[in-house]
Amino acid sequence: MHFDAFDRYHDIESFLHRLDPRVKAVVTIVFILSNALLPDGAWLAFLTAWLFLLLANYLSKLGLGYSLKRSIIALPFALIAITVLFSIPGNPLTTFRFITWDFTITDAGLLRFVSILIRSWLSVQMAILLVAVTRFPDLIHALEHLRVPAVLTTIIAFLYRYLFVLTDEVFRLLRARESRSAAATGTRSGGGVFWRAKVAGNMAGQLFLRSYERSDRIYNAMIARGYAGHLYTLNPHEMKSRDYYVTAFAVLIIFVMQVIGRF
Amino acid sequence: MPVTHIKNNFKAPECDGDILAVNDLHFSYPDGHSALHGVSLKLCEGDKVALVGPNGAGKSTLMLHLNGILGGKGEVEIAGMRLNRDNLPAIRAQVGLVFQNPDDQLFSPTVFEDVAFGPLHMGLPEDEVRARVESALEAVRMTNYRDRLSHHLSVGEKKRIAIATVLSMNPSLLVLDEPSAGLDPRARRTLINLLRDLPITMLVSTHDMKLVEELFPRTIVMDEGKVVADGLTMDILKDESLLNAHGLEKP
Repeated sequence: MHFDAFDRYHDIESFLHRLDPRVKAVVTIVFILSNALLPDGAWLAFLTAWLFLLLANYLSKLGLGYSLKRSIIALPFALIAITVLFSIPGNPLTTFRFITWDFTITDAGLLRFVSILIRSWLSVQMAILLVAVTRFPDLIHALEHLRVPAVLTTIIAFLYRYLFVLTDEVFRLLRARESRSAAATGTRSGGGVFWRAKVAGNMAGQLFLRSYERSDRIYNAMIARGYAGHLYTLNPHEMKSRDYYVTAFAVLIIFVMQVIGRF
Repeated sequence: MPVTHIKNNFKAPECDGDILAVNDLHFSYPDGHSALHGVSLKLCEGDKVALVGPNGAGKSTLMLHLNGILGGKGEVEIAGMRLNRDNLPAIRAQVGLVFQNPDDQLFSPTVFEDVAFGPLHMGLPEDEVRARVESALEAVRMTNYRDRLSHHLSVGEKKRIAIATVLSMNPSLLVLDEPSAGLDPRARRTLINLLRDLPITMLVSTHDMKLVEELFPRTIVMDEGKVVADGLTMDILKDESLLNAHGLEKP
Protein backbone atom coordinates (compact mmCIF):
# COMPACT_ATOMS: atom_id res chain seq x y z
CA MET A 1 0.00 0.00 0.00
CA HIS A 2 1.14 3.49 -0.74
CA PHE A 3 0.60 6.80 0.96
CA ASP A 4 -2.01 7.67 -1.66
CA ALA A 5 -4.33 5.31 0.14
CA PHE A 6 -4.56 7.92 2.88
CA ASP A 7 -4.06 11.13 0.99
CA ARG A 8 -7.54 12.03 -0.10
CA TYR A 9 -6.63 15.48 -1.31
CA HIS A 10 -7.46 16.12 -4.96
CA ASP A 11 -5.25 18.60 -6.67
CA ILE A 12 -7.64 20.55 -8.87
CA GLU A 13 -8.72 24.15 -9.05
CA SER A 14 -12.17 24.84 -7.73
CA PHE A 15 -14.11 27.36 -5.73
CA LEU A 16 -13.87 25.20 -2.62
CA HIS A 17 -10.16 24.52 -3.07
CA ARG A 18 -9.44 28.23 -3.10
CA LEU A 19 -11.42 29.03 0.04
CA ASP A 20 -9.48 29.73 3.21
CA PRO A 21 -9.07 26.46 5.14
CA ARG A 22 -10.50 28.12 8.26
CA VAL A 23 -13.78 28.72 6.45
CA LYS A 24 -13.94 25.12 5.32
CA ALA A 25 -13.12 23.78 8.78
CA VAL A 26 -15.64 26.03 10.53
CA VAL A 27 -18.44 25.34 8.07
CA THR A 28 -17.83 21.60 8.28
CA ILE A 29 -17.87 21.64 12.07
CA VAL A 30 -20.99 23.80 12.22
CA PHE A 31 -22.69 21.57 9.64
CA ILE A 32 -21.90 18.43 11.65
CA LEU A 33 -23.05 20.09 14.88
CA SER A 34 -26.26 21.21 13.25
CA ASN A 35 -26.93 17.70 11.98
CA ALA A 36 -26.43 16.33 15.45
CA LEU A 37 -28.85 18.87 16.89
CA LEU A 38 -31.68 18.33 14.39
CA PRO A 39 -34.63 16.53 16.00
CA ASP A 40 -35.58 13.00 14.95
CA GLY A 41 -37.64 12.81 11.80
CA ALA A 42 -36.94 16.36 10.62
CA TRP A 43 -37.13 15.13 7.04
CA LEU A 44 -37.34 18.53 5.39
CA ALA A 45 -34.28 19.74 7.30
CA PHE A 46 -32.38 16.58 6.36
CA LEU A 47 -33.31 17.23 2.75
CA THR A 48 -32.01 20.80 3.01
CA ALA A 49 -28.78 19.53 4.53
CA TRP A 50 -28.41 17.06 1.72
CA LEU A 51 -28.98 19.77 -0.89
CA PHE A 52 -26.37 21.91 0.86
CA LEU A 53 -23.98 18.97 0.67
CA LEU A 54 -24.74 18.49 -3.03
CA LEU A 55 -24.02 22.18 -3.61
CA ALA A 56 -20.67 21.77 -1.86
CA ASN A 57 -19.93 18.71 -3.99
CA TYR A 58 -20.82 20.68 -7.08
CA LEU A 59 -18.58 23.60 -6.11
CA SER A 60 -15.66 21.25 -5.46
CA LYS A 61 -15.74 20.10 -9.12
CA LEU A 62 -15.26 16.55 -7.88
CA GLY A 63 -18.66 15.46 -9.17
CA LEU A 64 -22.05 15.40 -7.48
CA GLY A 65 -21.67 11.81 -6.30
CA TYR A 66 -18.11 12.15 -5.03
CA SER A 67 -18.71 12.21 -1.28
CA LEU A 68 -21.54 9.67 -1.61
CA LYS A 69 -19.20 7.08 -3.11
CA ARG A 70 -16.59 7.61 -0.45
CA SER A 71 -19.02 7.65 2.45
CA ILE A 72 -19.99 4.02 2.11
CA ILE A 73 -16.92 2.81 3.98
CA ALA A 74 -18.05 4.79 7.02
CA LEU A 75 -21.58 3.37 7.10
CA PRO A 76 -20.80 0.24 9.15
CA PHE A 77 -19.95 2.51 12.08
CA ALA A 78 -23.55 3.70 12.12
CA LEU A 79 -24.55 0.15 13.04
CA ILE A 80 -23.37 0.92 16.56
CA ALA A 81 -26.69 2.75 16.84
CA ILE A 82 -28.66 -0.38 16.08
CA THR A 83 -29.60 -0.89 19.72
CA VAL A 84 -31.90 2.15 19.65
CA LEU A 85 -34.24 0.09 17.45
CA PHE A 86 -35.17 -1.98 20.48
CA SER A 87 -34.49 0.28 23.41
CA ILE A 88 -36.81 3.25 22.79
CA PRO A 89 -40.30 2.76 24.21
CA GLY A 90 -43.11 3.14 21.68
CA ASN A 91 -45.64 1.17 19.67
CA PRO A 92 -44.22 -2.23 18.80
CA LEU A 93 -43.88 -2.87 15.08
CA THR A 94 -42.53 -6.37 15.07
CA THR A 95 -40.99 -8.87 17.45
CA PHE A 96 -38.49 -11.58 16.73
CA ARG A 97 -36.75 -14.19 18.77
CA PHE A 98 -32.99 -14.47 18.92
CA ILE A 99 -31.84 -17.60 20.81
CA THR A 100 -33.64 -16.95 24.11
CA TRP A 101 -34.26 -13.23 23.90
CA ASP A 102 -37.25 -11.45 22.45
CA PHE A 103 -36.50 -8.31 20.50
CA THR A 104 -39.20 -5.77 19.81
CA ILE A 105 -38.74 -3.03 17.26
CA THR A 106 -40.77 0.08 18.11
CA ASP A 107 -41.85 2.89 15.81
CA ALA A 108 -40.03 5.48 17.92
CA GLY A 109 -36.90 3.31 17.83
CA LEU A 110 -37.07 2.96 14.08
CA LEU A 111 -37.54 6.70 13.66
CA ARG A 112 -34.52 7.44 15.82
CA PHE A 113 -32.38 4.82 14.12
CA VAL A 114 -33.12 6.14 10.63
CA SER A 115 -32.50 9.71 11.81
CA ILE A 116 -29.15 8.77 13.31
CA LEU A 117 -28.22 6.97 10.12
CA ILE A 118 -29.04 10.02 8.00
CA ARG A 119 -27.28 12.43 10.37
CA SER A 120 -24.06 10.45 10.48
CA TRP A 121 -24.16 9.79 6.78
CA LEU A 122 -24.52 13.51 5.95
CA SER A 123 -21.80 14.48 8.43
CA VAL A 124 -19.32 11.89 7.19
CA GLN A 125 -19.82 13.09 3.64
CA MET A 126 -19.03 16.68 4.57
CA ALA A 127 -15.88 15.59 6.39
CA ILE A 128 -14.82 13.54 3.39
CA LEU A 129 -15.32 16.53 1.15
CA LEU A 130 -13.34 18.75 3.53
CA VAL A 131 -10.32 16.46 3.34
CA ALA A 132 -10.64 16.19 -0.43
CA VAL A 133 -10.49 19.94 -1.02
CA THR A 134 -8.05 20.99 1.72
CA ARG A 135 -4.41 20.03 2.01
CA PHE A 136 -3.77 18.45 5.35
CA PRO A 137 -1.12 20.94 6.56
CA ASP A 138 -3.52 23.76 5.71
CA LEU A 139 -6.17 22.07 7.76
CA ILE A 140 -3.82 21.86 10.73
CA HIS A 141 -3.03 25.56 10.35
CA ALA A 142 -6.71 26.33 10.20
CA LEU A 143 -7.21 24.51 13.49
CA GLU A 144 -4.31 26.47 15.00
CA HIS A 145 -5.87 29.75 13.90
CA LEU A 146 -9.15 28.61 15.39
CA ARG A 147 -7.40 28.33 18.77
CA VAL A 148 -7.43 24.56 18.99
CA PRO A 149 -4.82 23.78 21.69
CA ALA A 150 -1.31 23.42 20.27
CA VAL A 151 -0.88 20.03 21.90
CA LEU A 152 -3.77 18.64 19.87
CA THR A 153 -2.74 20.15 16.56
CA THR A 154 0.84 19.00 17.12
CA ILE A 155 -0.31 15.46 17.79
CA ILE A 156 -2.43 15.51 14.65
CA ALA A 157 0.45 16.90 12.59
CA PHE A 158 2.85 14.24 13.84
CA LEU A 159 0.30 11.54 13.31
CA TYR A 160 -0.14 12.67 9.74
CA ARG A 161 3.58 12.86 9.10
CA TYR A 162 4.47 9.49 10.61
CA LEU A 163 1.41 7.46 9.68
CA PHE A 164 3.07 6.74 6.37
CA VAL A 165 6.43 5.92 7.92
CA LEU A 166 4.67 3.61 10.33
CA THR A 167 2.64 1.80 7.66
CA ASP A 168 5.82 1.39 5.64
CA GLU A 169 7.39 -0.18 8.71
CA VAL A 170 4.43 -2.54 9.10
CA PHE A 171 4.64 -3.59 5.48
CA ARG A 172 8.37 -4.19 5.75
CA LEU A 173 7.73 -6.45 8.75
CA LEU A 174 4.95 -8.28 6.94
CA ARG A 175 7.10 -8.74 3.87
CA ALA A 176 9.96 -10.07 5.96
CA ARG A 177 7.62 -12.59 7.55
CA GLU A 178 6.11 -13.58 4.23
CA SER A 179 9.42 -14.16 2.53
CA ARG A 180 10.38 -16.60 5.26
CA SER A 181 6.99 -18.29 5.49
CA ALA A 182 8.06 -21.25 3.46
CA ALA A 183 6.89 -24.86 3.52
CA ALA A 184 9.02 -27.96 3.30
CA THR A 185 7.86 -30.16 0.43
CA GLY A 186 4.94 -32.31 1.50
CA THR A 187 4.14 -30.41 4.70
CA ARG A 188 1.60 -27.73 5.35
CA SER A 189 3.01 -24.27 5.82
CA GLY A 190 2.16 -22.17 8.80
CA GLY A 191 2.56 -23.90 12.15
CA GLY A 192 -0.02 -23.83 14.93
CA VAL A 193 -2.41 -21.02 15.68
CA PHE A 194 -0.68 -20.20 18.96
CA TRP A 195 2.69 -20.08 17.37
CA ARG A 196 1.39 -17.75 14.69
CA ALA A 197 -0.30 -15.57 17.28
CA LYS A 198 3.02 -15.37 19.10
CA VAL A 199 4.79 -14.26 15.94
CA ALA A 200 2.15 -11.60 15.33
CA GLY A 201 2.50 -10.46 18.94
CA ASN A 202 6.25 -10.19 18.57
CA MET A 203 5.77 -8.12 15.45
CA ALA A 204 3.44 -5.74 17.25
CA GLY A 205 5.98 -5.41 20.05
CA GLN A 206 8.75 -4.87 17.54
CA LEU A 207 6.70 -2.14 15.90
CA PHE A 208 6.10 -0.45 19.21
CA LEU A 209 9.79 -0.54 20.11
CA ARG A 210 10.83 0.83 16.75
CA SER A 211 8.28 3.62 16.98
CA TYR A 212 9.38 4.41 20.50
CA GLU A 213 13.01 4.64 19.47
CA ARG A 214 12.09 6.67 16.45
CA SER A 215 10.20 9.13 18.62
CA ASP A 216 13.39 9.53 20.63
CA ARG A 217 15.40 10.31 17.52
CA ILE A 218 12.77 12.75 16.27
CA TYR A 219 12.81 14.53 19.60
CA ASN A 220 16.59 14.80 19.33
CA ALA A 221 16.24 16.26 15.84
CA MET A 222 13.78 18.76 17.23
CA ILE A 223 15.85 19.95 20.15
CA ALA A 224 18.89 20.07 17.85
CA ARG A 225 17.05 22.81 16.01
CA GLY A 226 16.03 24.74 19.06
CA TYR A 227 12.74 23.13 20.11
CA ALA A 228 11.93 24.01 23.70
CA GLY A 229 8.40 22.78 24.17
CA HIS A 230 6.64 25.20 21.88
CA LEU A 231 5.89 24.92 18.20
CA TYR A 232 5.89 28.01 16.01
CA THR A 233 4.46 28.37 12.55
CA LEU A 234 4.18 31.18 10.08
CA ASN A 235 0.73 32.30 9.10
CA PRO A 236 0.44 31.49 5.41
CA HIS A 237 -3.28 32.23 5.15
CA GLU A 238 -5.26 35.37 4.85
CA MET A 239 -9.03 35.73 5.04
CA LYS A 240 -10.35 37.56 2.01
CA SER A 241 -13.75 39.24 1.81
CA ARG A 242 -15.00 36.29 -0.25
CA ASP A 243 -14.14 33.98 2.63
CA TYR A 244 -16.27 36.03 5.02
CA TYR A 245 -19.21 36.07 2.61
CA VAL A 246 -19.06 32.31 2.14
CA THR A 247 -18.93 31.71 5.88
CA ALA A 248 -21.90 34.01 6.46
CA PHE A 249 -23.88 32.38 3.64
CA ALA A 250 -23.15 28.84 4.84
CA VAL A 251 -23.94 29.61 8.47
CA LEU A 252 -27.19 31.27 7.37
CA ILE A 253 -28.25 28.18 5.41
CA ILE A 254 -27.41 25.96 8.36
CA PHE A 255 -29.42 28.24 10.61
CA VAL A 256 -32.41 28.02 8.23
CA MET A 257 -31.96 24.24 8.32
CA GLN A 258 -32.33 24.33 12.10
CA VAL A 259 -35.42 26.52 11.87
CA ILE A 260 -37.01 24.16 9.32
CA GLY A 261 -36.19 21.19 11.49
CA ARG A 262 -37.69 22.60 14.65
CA PHE A 263 -40.91 24.21 13.51
CA MET B 1 57.36 -11.71 10.97
CA PRO B 2 55.64 -9.83 13.74
CA VAL B 3 53.62 -6.87 12.65
CA THR B 4 54.70 -3.76 14.44
CA HIS B 5 52.30 -0.89 14.70
CA ILE B 6 54.15 2.30 14.34
CA LYS B 7 52.90 4.91 16.75
CA ASN B 8 51.09 7.03 14.29
CA ASN B 9 52.50 10.41 13.71
CA PHE B 10 49.91 12.06 11.55
CA LYS B 11 50.05 15.77 11.87
CA ALA B 12 46.68 17.39 12.27
CA PRO B 13 46.76 20.75 10.52
CA GLU B 14 47.78 23.59 12.78
CA CYS B 15 44.60 24.91 14.29
CA ASP B 16 43.55 26.48 17.55
CA GLY B 17 39.97 25.22 17.36
CA ASP B 18 38.13 28.47 16.75
CA ILE B 19 35.01 26.66 15.50
CA LEU B 20 35.06 23.49 17.58
CA ALA B 21 37.28 22.38 20.41
CA VAL B 22 36.56 19.13 22.23
CA ASN B 23 38.80 18.28 25.12
CA ASP B 24 38.97 14.93 26.91
CA LEU B 25 35.32 13.98 26.47
CA HIS B 26 34.03 10.90 28.29
CA PHE B 27 30.56 9.46 28.05
CA SER B 28 28.69 6.33 29.14
CA TYR B 29 25.11 5.53 28.18
CA PRO B 30 22.62 5.11 31.02
CA ASP B 31 22.74 1.31 30.55
CA GLY B 32 26.43 1.39 31.48
CA HIS B 33 27.77 0.92 27.97
CA SER B 34 30.65 3.32 27.71
CA ALA B 35 30.96 5.06 24.35
CA LEU B 36 33.59 7.78 24.58
CA HIS B 37 36.94 7.57 26.39
CA GLY B 38 38.68 10.91 26.28
CA VAL B 39 38.00 12.30 22.84
CA SER B 40 39.82 15.48 21.88
CA LEU B 41 39.70 17.27 18.57
CA LYS B 42 39.83 20.74 17.06
CA LEU B 43 38.19 22.22 14.01
CA CYS B 44 38.91 25.55 12.40
CA GLU B 45 36.96 27.79 10.12
CA GLY B 46 36.65 26.28 6.64
CA ASP B 47 37.78 22.78 7.65
CA LYS B 48 36.03 19.93 5.92
CA VAL B 49 36.72 16.91 8.05
CA ALA B 50 35.70 13.27 7.65
CA LEU B 51 35.02 11.20 10.74
CA VAL B 52 35.52 7.52 10.01
CA GLY B 53 35.62 4.34 12.03
CA PRO B 54 33.73 1.08 12.46
CA ASN B 55 30.15 0.90 13.71
CA GLY B 56 30.05 1.42 17.44
CA ALA B 57 33.23 3.49 17.45
CA GLY B 58 31.37 6.41 19.06
CA LYS B 59 31.02 8.67 16.03
CA SER B 60 27.30 9.29 16.43
CA THR B 61 27.66 9.64 20.20
CA LEU B 62 30.32 12.30 19.68
CA MET B 63 28.09 14.13 17.24
CA LEU B 64 25.21 14.19 19.69
CA HIS B 65 27.54 15.94 22.14
CA LEU B 66 28.36 18.76 19.78
CA ASN B 67 25.10 20.57 20.42
CA GLY B 68 24.40 19.29 23.86
CA ILE B 69 21.81 16.57 23.19
CA LEU B 70 24.05 14.29 25.20
CA GLY B 71 26.19 15.66 27.97
CA GLY B 72 29.31 13.75 28.95
CA LYS B 73 32.28 14.62 31.09
CA GLY B 74 34.75 16.95 29.45
CA GLU B 75 34.83 20.22 27.60
CA VAL B 76 33.10 21.18 24.38
CA GLU B 77 33.62 24.65 22.96
CA ILE B 78 31.75 25.92 19.92
CA ALA B 79 32.86 29.15 18.27
CA GLY B 80 34.46 30.25 21.51
CA MET B 81 31.42 29.40 23.68
CA ARG B 82 31.68 26.76 26.38
CA LEU B 83 28.82 24.34 26.07
CA ASN B 84 26.66 24.60 29.16
CA ARG B 85 23.04 24.98 30.06
CA ASP B 86 23.00 28.75 29.64
CA ASN B 87 24.26 29.02 26.11
CA LEU B 88 22.70 25.82 24.84
CA PRO B 89 20.18 27.68 22.63
CA ALA B 90 22.96 29.82 21.15
CA ILE B 91 25.07 26.75 20.49
CA ARG B 92 22.21 24.91 18.84
CA ALA B 93 21.97 27.78 16.39
CA GLN B 94 25.72 27.44 15.68
CA VAL B 95 25.80 23.68 15.14
CA GLY B 96 23.67 22.25 12.35
CA LEU B 97 23.23 18.58 13.15
CA VAL B 98 21.83 16.41 10.37
CA PHE B 99 20.75 12.95 11.45
CA GLN B 100 21.31 9.82 9.45
CA ASN B 101 17.67 8.97 8.83
CA PRO B 102 15.96 11.89 7.08
CA ASP B 103 12.58 10.60 8.25
CA ASP B 104 13.67 11.49 11.77
CA GLN B 105 14.92 14.86 10.68
CA LEU B 106 11.89 15.93 8.66
CA PHE B 107 9.02 15.94 11.09
CA SER B 108 6.82 18.70 9.72
CA PRO B 109 4.08 18.12 7.17
CA THR B 110 5.58 20.35 4.47
CA VAL B 111 9.13 21.08 3.35
CA PHE B 112 8.68 24.78 3.99
CA GLU B 113 7.68 24.28 7.61
CA ASP B 114 10.57 21.94 8.24
CA VAL B 115 13.14 24.36 6.87
CA ALA B 116 11.47 27.21 8.77
CA PHE B 117 11.45 25.26 12.06
CA GLY B 118 14.98 26.24 13.16
CA PRO B 119 14.77 29.97 12.31
CA LEU B 120 11.31 30.22 13.86
CA HIS B 121 12.62 28.79 17.09
CA MET B 122 15.45 31.26 17.04
CA GLY B 123 12.75 33.92 17.29
CA LEU B 124 13.52 35.60 13.98
CA PRO B 125 10.96 37.91 12.36
CA GLU B 126 8.79 36.49 9.60
CA ASP B 127 10.52 38.16 6.65
CA GLU B 128 13.89 36.95 7.84
CA VAL B 129 12.53 33.41 8.28
CA ARG B 130 11.14 33.38 4.75
CA ALA B 131 14.38 34.76 3.32
CA ARG B 132 16.40 32.12 5.14
CA VAL B 133 14.15 29.31 3.97
CA GLU B 134 14.54 30.54 0.41
CA SER B 135 18.32 30.75 0.55
CA ALA B 136 18.63 27.39 2.33
CA LEU B 137 16.47 25.70 -0.30
CA GLU B 138 18.47 27.43 -3.00
CA ALA B 139 21.72 26.20 -1.46
CA VAL B 140 20.53 22.58 -1.78
CA ARG B 141 18.87 23.38 -5.14
CA MET B 142 15.39 22.45 -4.01
CA THR B 143 13.48 25.73 -4.32
CA ASN B 144 10.63 24.08 -6.21
CA TYR B 145 9.98 21.72 -3.31
CA ARG B 146 8.81 24.42 -0.90
CA ASP B 147 5.21 23.26 -0.66
CA ARG B 148 5.79 19.54 -1.11
CA LEU B 149 4.88 17.06 1.60
CA SER B 150 7.93 15.49 3.18
CA HIS B 151 6.67 11.92 2.95
CA HIS B 152 6.26 12.23 -0.81
CA LEU B 153 9.97 12.81 -1.40
CA SER B 154 12.63 10.30 -2.45
CA VAL B 155 15.47 9.46 -0.06
CA GLY B 156 17.93 11.67 -1.95
CA GLU B 157 15.52 14.58 -1.89
CA LYS B 158 14.83 14.06 1.80
CA LYS B 159 18.58 14.13 2.51
CA ARG B 160 19.00 17.44 0.75
CA ILE B 161 15.99 18.95 2.49
CA ALA B 162 17.38 17.67 5.81
CA ILE B 163 20.56 19.62 5.12
CA ALA B 164 18.49 22.69 4.23
CA THR B 165 16.68 22.44 7.57
CA VAL B 166 19.91 23.23 9.38
CA LEU B 167 21.40 25.59 6.77
CA SER B 168 18.46 27.89 7.43
CA MET B 169 19.86 28.48 10.92
CA ASN B 170 23.10 29.82 9.39
CA PRO B 171 25.26 27.50 11.50
CA SER B 172 29.01 27.93 11.70
CA LEU B 173 29.50 24.16 11.85
CA LEU B 174 27.65 21.53 9.87
CA VAL B 175 27.64 18.04 11.38
CA LEU B 176 26.39 15.24 9.14
CA ASP B 177 25.84 11.63 10.17
CA GLU B 178 26.41 9.27 7.23
CA PRO B 179 24.97 11.53 4.55
CA SER B 180 25.59 9.17 1.62
CA ALA B 181 24.14 6.02 3.21
CA GLY B 182 21.34 4.50 1.16
CA LEU B 183 21.64 6.83 -1.81
CA ASP B 184 21.73 5.70 -5.42
CA PRO B 185 24.78 6.81 -7.43
CA ARG B 186 23.10 9.84 -8.92
CA ALA B 187 21.70 11.09 -5.64
CA ARG B 188 25.10 10.45 -4.06
CA ARG B 189 26.83 12.46 -6.77
CA THR B 190 24.40 15.35 -6.30
CA LEU B 191 25.06 15.26 -2.58
CA ILE B 192 28.84 15.24 -3.05
CA ASN B 193 28.66 18.26 -5.34
CA LEU B 194 26.42 19.97 -2.85
CA LEU B 195 28.79 19.35 0.08
CA ARG B 196 31.75 20.48 -1.97
CA ASP B 197 30.09 23.77 -2.85
CA LEU B 198 28.83 24.63 0.63
CA PRO B 199 31.17 27.26 2.06
CA ILE B 200 30.89 26.08 5.63
CA THR B 201 32.93 24.17 8.17
CA MET B 202 31.80 20.56 8.32
CA LEU B 203 32.37 17.36 10.23
CA VAL B 204 30.99 14.36 8.39
CA SER B 205 30.76 10.85 9.75
CA THR B 206 30.80 8.25 6.98
CA HIS B 207 31.75 4.74 5.86
CA ASP B 208 32.04 5.89 2.28
CA MET B 209 35.84 6.03 1.84
CA LYS B 210 35.53 7.18 -1.78
CA LEU B 211 33.59 10.15 -0.51
CA VAL B 212 36.30 10.82 2.07
CA GLU B 213 39.02 10.72 -0.54
CA GLU B 214 37.15 12.99 -2.88
CA LEU B 215 35.80 15.59 -0.53
CA PHE B 216 37.71 15.91 2.71
CA PRO B 217 41.31 17.09 3.02
CA ARG B 218 41.40 15.99 6.66
CA THR B 219 40.27 12.75 8.29
CA ILE B 220 39.75 11.72 11.88
CA VAL B 221 39.69 7.99 12.64
CA MET B 222 37.78 6.85 15.71
CA ASP B 223 37.64 3.41 17.26
CA GLU B 224 36.37 2.16 20.60
CA GLY B 225 35.50 5.63 21.80
CA LYS B 226 38.89 7.19 21.06
CA VAL B 227 40.44 9.25 18.31
CA VAL B 228 43.11 6.95 16.91
CA ALA B 229 44.33 9.11 14.05
CA ASP B 230 43.86 12.67 12.92
CA GLY B 231 45.61 14.00 9.86
CA LEU B 232 45.65 14.64 6.16
CA THR B 233 43.35 12.26 4.31
CA MET B 234 46.00 11.32 1.75
CA ASP B 235 48.40 10.26 4.51
CA ILE B 236 45.79 8.24 6.37
CA LEU B 237 44.52 6.47 3.26
CA LYS B 238 48.11 5.44 2.46
CA ASP B 239 48.55 3.71 5.82
CA GLU B 240 47.09 0.28 5.16
CA SER B 241 48.00 -1.17 8.53
CA LEU B 242 46.07 1.60 10.26
CA LEU B 243 43.06 1.12 8.00
CA ASN B 244 43.08 -2.64 8.53
CA ALA B 245 43.45 -2.32 12.28
CA HIS B 246 40.25 -0.29 12.45
CA GLY B 247 38.16 -2.16 9.95
CA LEU B 248 38.44 0.38 7.19
CA GLU B 249 39.07 -0.13 3.52
CA LYS B 250 41.17 1.73 1.03
CA PRO B 251 38.86 3.33 -1.54
